[in-house]
Amino acid sequence: MSKILFKNQLSKDVFLMRLHAPLIAEERSAGQFIILQVNEDYGERIPLTIADADTKEGSITIIFQVVGKSTTLLSELNQGDGIPTLVGPLGRPTHIENFGTVVCVGGGIGVAPLHPIAQALKKAGNHVITIIGARTKDLIILEEEMKSIADEFILCTDDGSYGRKALVTEPLKEICERNPKPNMVIAIGPPIMMKFCSETTRPYEVFTQVSLNTIMVDGTGMCGGCRVNVGKEIKFVCVDGPEFDGHKVDFDNMMARLNSYKEIERAAHACYLEAEIKEKEALQ
Amino acid sequence: MNHRTLEELSNDAKKLIADYVSRIDDMKAKERTKIPAQEMPAQDPEVRSHNLEEVALGYTMEQARIEAMRCIQCVKKTCVEDCPVKIDIPRFINHIAHEEFQDAADVIKEASLLPAICGRVCPQETQCQSNCAVGKALKDVDKSVAIGRLERFIADWERSTGKIAVPEVKSETGKKVAVVGSGPAGLVVAADCRREGHHVTIFEAFHKLGGVLRYGIPEFRLPNDIIDKEIETLTAMGVEIKTNFVVGRTRKLLDLINKDGYHAVFVGTGAGLPLFMGIEGESLVGVFSANEYLTRANLMRAFEKEKADTPIYPSKNVAVLGGGNVAMDSARMAKRLGAENVYVVYRRTEKEMPARKEEVEHAKEEGIEFYFLQNAKRILGDDKGKVNAMECLRYELGEPDESGRRRPVVVPNSEFLLDVDTVIVAIGNSSNPLISQTTPEIKVNKWGNILVDETQKTSSDRIFAGGDIVLGAATVILAMGEGRRAASAINKMLAEEIEKEKAAMN
Repeated sequence: MSKILFKNQLSKDVFLMRLHAPLIAEERSAGQFIILQVNEDYGERIPLTIADADTKEGSITIIFQVVGKSTTLLSELNQGDGIPTLVGPLGRPTHIENFGTVVCVGGGIGVAPLHPIAQALKKAGNHVITIIGARTKDLIILEEEMKSIADEFILCTDDGSYGRKALVTEPLKEICERNPKPNMVIAIGPPIMMKFCSETTRPYEVFTQVSLNTIMVDGTGMCGGCRVNVGKEIKFVCVDGPEFDGHKVDFDNMMARLNSYKEIERAAHACYLEAEIKEKEALQ
Repeated sequence: MNHRTLEELSNDAKKLIADYVSRIDDMKAKERTKIPAQEMPAQDPEVRSHNLEEVALGYTMEQARIEAMRCIQCVKKTCVEDCPVKIDIPRFINHIAHEEFQDAADVIKEASLLPAICGRVCPQETQCQSNCAVGKALKDVDKSVAIGRLERFIADWERSTGKIAVPEVKSETGKKVAVVGSGPAGLVVAADCRREGHHVTIFEAFHKLGGVLRYGIPEFRLPNDIIDKEIETLTAMGVEIKTNFVVGRTRKLLDLINKDGYHAVFVGTGAGLPLFMGIEGESLVGVFSANEYLTRANLMRAFEKEKADTPIYPSKNVAVLGGGNVAMDSARMAKRLGAENVYVVYRRTEKEMPARKEEVEHAKEEGIEFYFLQNAKRILGDDKGKVNAMECLRYELGEPDESGRRRPVVVPNSEFLLDVDTVIVAIGNSSNPLISQTTPEIKVNKWGNILVDETQKTSSDRIFAGGDIVLGAATVILAMGEGRRAASAINKMLAEEIEKEKAAMN
């Protein structure tokens, strides 16, 4: 059982929680994730990236977006509540060294896992250019945190409600055209964004690392549900990743596989919401 | 289908038993071989293919006693020789014949702590029952004394009394043993090391214990209650359990020794990443490894669709690739989850199939269709990337290969399409990569299996390993056998250390 030490709503559907997990806090590195279950007997295993850790408090920070029934249940827990199943840190840590100039591109909730990586890259002496973007102003998270570690900071929204009106690929392309071009790009966000960031950098031959969040069950190298095609090989996100060369990832197949259960999940979520509404009506 | 109900089988046995009991100690071997072999009562196939209840219902008392009287108590005892944990089989069977069930339980417990599990999932037909004198006399291995069913009978009888004897634990030695993984190998090590008075901690990555017994083997073969009860015995002995703990990640393996004061570590992390065929279309939506499919259904409870949050793919027509027990489990689970047609596609013939005969029979009774001498060539998908057919090839048997089995050879131009929406790949696993990734000090072979000596010791001091992480994919009882050997080596090492420490004190 892991206690929720702190909870904060960052935007309409995005929540931050600090969870008591001293062992994970001690062992984790940038790029790694945890798996949690809100209900031990019937709950789903949800993989979430560790956004931050505090070894003094013995805590880790997770940031998640409500997308279905399991994340809704998680968002309904409060400070002081316990999470019955929490395991980690999982996945390989991000390889950090002084690469030179690194562009860190974060889309939507993807800024959460990007933050510790950008932090570590900065600490290793890199020139860090940060681009963060979202559909609209309300969905921008961790702006100050990202700004404080960036040598250059660019913010954009799809609808222009905040910062520059652009997709993140626009400023990314401009940076790739600079002389000298950046040494590396790290892109984390929705699959479609990572795909197009990879396509943007491909002609410039700038190595582009993406962090994948596929369907997972055990997360420890047993079930194979998280497999992706990278180049000609099958790779397993939980033990080979989560980070891969974006120029080699078969994003189209990955996105199709991510939607494997979409219809069932949509129905489950609708059922859950309906039941909740009925319950509330009954109380009134 | 000539399904015989529990009641019918029970009545038959009740009619016969008085006669046999009256001359129980006078029957000659020849007379004993004439006693009818007792059929295992099972749920009606039509009913059971829609539920998760256990298929085999277990012998009635009369059936068990009659079956036990078939044993001729031969002097050769090949059954004991062929048992990986060396249970004194004729002795416990003789107790059953004489209705001394507690004594029978005690005999089994001398060698095996998990009889309810072994009695259900061991491949007895290739082990203790394979050279049984009764089977030999009747020239039919299926007519061997049903040792496994008798073992299960005793384990279930003991559980039903509500007082499972907790094995004696010696006084505390102050030595600590870490067991990584709570599958069959780990459970045996935990029990054997704890009996010697060492402090034992089991570290399990999942939120529930049992490893493959829980996530892999479905409840219709091994109910969770049985696993829970066997584990309760361990906790009653004082074994400490830490779930949601991934050794290698939550804590480095060597830190258990260097920082946390464990004197020995046993690695039983089991089979790992599933193998795939390497054919076109294997990444389509609707293609699953058996590991994933069964883990969703078993561990994550997706079978209980109303309650479970973990979804399982809705299937109408399912192809299962492979011929082992895992393939049978996947096929039968798919049927129970509502699939209309389930095909097991296997490139050799029924004779070469590694699955237990009993499982194959059960699968057939439940309406699973077997496509022998056929194999998948490629999997086809629709415009949304979902499986909508599988192209297969026909095979014929050629010359024997290294394994002695006749090698299947493709029949040219024999392609045909199978109408399926789901493909479950059950062709085996490679090794779990976590320990080798995070603990390079431990030597592994090119497939990632941990290398051990004859005592199960790895290349690293104080670290032992066993089960599927060493063997590749094997059986529950072989894993238990390895666990037993490792525990005895750990116990010996720790006993010697305790002796040395005592000598130094004096």
